Amino acid sequence: MKKVFGRPKSMKDAVFHYCPGCGHSIIHRLIAEVIDELNIQGKVIGVPPAGCAVLAYDYFDIDMGEAPHGRGAAVATGLKRSLPDRIVFSYQGDGDIAAIGTAETIHAANRGERITTIFVNNGVYGMTGGQMAPTTIIGQISSTTPGGRNEDRDGVPIDLSEMLAIAKGSVYIERTAVDSPKNIVRTKKAITKAFKAQMAGLGFSLVEVLSPCPTNLKMTPVQASEWIGSTMTTYFPLKVIKDTAGKL
Amino acid sequence: MLLRGSHVIAEAAVRAGCRFYFGYPITPQNELTEYMANALASLPDGVFIQSESELAAINMVIGVSMTGKRVMTSSSSPGISLKQEGISYLSGQELPAVIINTMRGGPGLGNIAPAQGDYLQATRGGGHGDYRTIVLAPGSGQELADITRMAFEYADRYRIPVIILGDGMMGQMMEPVEFPDPIDPKSLPPKPWVLDGAEGRPSRIIKSLILDTSAMEEHNWKLFRKYEAISREVPEMEQFLTDDAHLAVIAYGTASRIAKGAIKRVREMGLKVGLLRPKTLWPFPKRILLQMSRTISDFLVFEMSAGQMLEDVKLSLEGRGRIHFYGRPGGIISTPDEIAKVINNIYFKEGLERE
Ligand SMILES: Cc1ncc(C[n+]2csc(CCOP(=O)(O)OP(=O)(O)O)c2C)c(N)n1
Repeated sequence: MKKVFGRPKSMKDAVFHYCPGCGHSIIHRLIAEVIDELNIQGKVIGVPPAGCAVLAYDYFDIDMGEAPHGRGAAVATGLKRSLPDRIVFSYQGDGDIAAIGTAETIHAANRGERITTIFVNNGVYGMTGGQMAPTTIIGQISSTTPGGRNEDRDGVPIDLSEMLAIAKGSVYIERTAVDSPKNIVRTKKAITKAFKAQMAGLGFSLVEVLSPCPTNLKMTPVQASEWIGSTMTTYFPLKVIKDTAGKL
Repeated sequence: MLLRGSHVIAEAAVRAGCRFYFGYPITPQNELTEYMANALASLPDGVFIQSESELAAINMVIGVSMTGKRVMTSSSSPGISLKQEGISYLSGQELPAVIINTMRGGPGLGNIAPAQGDYLQATRGGGHGDYRTIVLAPGSGQELADITRMAFEYADRYRIPVIILGDGMMGQMMEPVEFPDPIDPKSLPPKPWVLDGAEGRPSRIIKSLILDTSAMEEHNWKLFRKYEAISREVPEMEQFLTDDAHLAVIAYGTASRIAKGAIKRVREMGLKVGLLRPKTLWPFPKRILLQMSRTISDFLVFEMSAGQMLEDVKLSLEGRGRIHFYGRPGGIISTPDEIAKVINNIYFKEGLERE
């Protein structure tokens, strides 16, 4: 019989610890498929975050080096500057990249580091139990915004990807989602292009992926995915935010 | 070669095969950063980044160290505080790195004058978790060169961050130095644990997260055993005029140079006083100090702080000998005359002239 679906080569034979309906496992799989298709399993180095994806190295069958919370871009910079012909990516949550690690990320983009960042925006701090994230939307209830996020007190959801697009060193930034099969396919395309931009030595590339967190949104998996389309995308529209990479 | 101290460290680092430097400007150590900027720009394999913060710098260090190459960062007290999270990670991940702290007056923003207020931070780990770093304290221009070379050797040998503790005075002083022959980084033995893409071998992970408490305990004991080995193999102490001494001044770095001047003065007056200068602050040269207490009755700890190494001296002597302390925090540089007076006072108060 012909095998039509299997585990990507770049994934270990391990069971995900992620909650039912969590987007991290889909995004992991997409990255592994892209690594396989680009045939770079032996050349890629990943930098997992502090966050729900902290154990990413248990799932990816590639070299991985842990970064402190938020410092993925700086660790990836060190790896890439040391090994310019390897493909280096960081995998970061919204709290990791857009709160504690904002400075490292903006400056890596501004220097045009030849690295790729997968920015998983689930609108909450997942790992620590559902506190407000920099990307939590106005009115959204979290464990630290019991009455909902309040613009005057908490500021508005931060547009980190748009900010990074201003940096001259960034070449490709796209916001996608994994809330539907169609968007999952688009996300994979975006990740492919982001890696290709790095491999072509063009500059900093990033894919922001809107990702469901049913556990902390206190929704069913289906509701959490629907919420991305109905609510989250009004703050974070899905689009190519910057593309100076051209056709790759 | 006649070079200022901070340039000696930088040149010695390059000659040790260090091709990666990341740092953020802070006085009084900018000359070191600037020297690395120049030196690495002229080497085809050199990488220098003026990072956006000390946090970024130490995390770039982590990234390079994961690939097995020799890498250094430098800063002064407030910036070293920012690096502590990364130093803790380096320790947990067992990654080599060399970190220079040109200490200044503190706490807080303090001032830019030479001080020794970061002793406890450096020798007790400094960041979170149960770990130690090797801490080296050079006492001359020549030693800056030798110790910097040693720092890279120790870092690789023990897979540990190594801190060199100096101050602005060390950084500025001009002394003739002979450098060891340069090492070609390509000639260094390959490290079997690095990340470089898993081509043709099983993939590797470098991490410090160990959720299972028994495994975390085992990792901590493994680190502890490494620290025990370092404590046996690495301690170093200079002994100056201690053979016939009744009193020994214990001082490191800039303070030891001042103390030497003072000792020469009191020796001229016939006082039997010597100097014990730890070259390694962690591991502290305990055993040598304890041995000295067989012949020396009085120890004067002199620091440019309100008393930090004093704790290690007390722990090392285990109740033997009389311990005196003189220190001035905040960036005050005592004069040799001042210290000579302190020595004089103690000497006669304790009746050491009658021994
Ligand atoms: C210096 C530091 N501060 C705080 C934490 C605790 N912490 C771990 S993950 C995390 C936030 C995770 O949220 P996010 O980055 O959005 O990722 P998610 O878990 O939602 O995937 C925090 C605050 C830490 N590990 N280190």
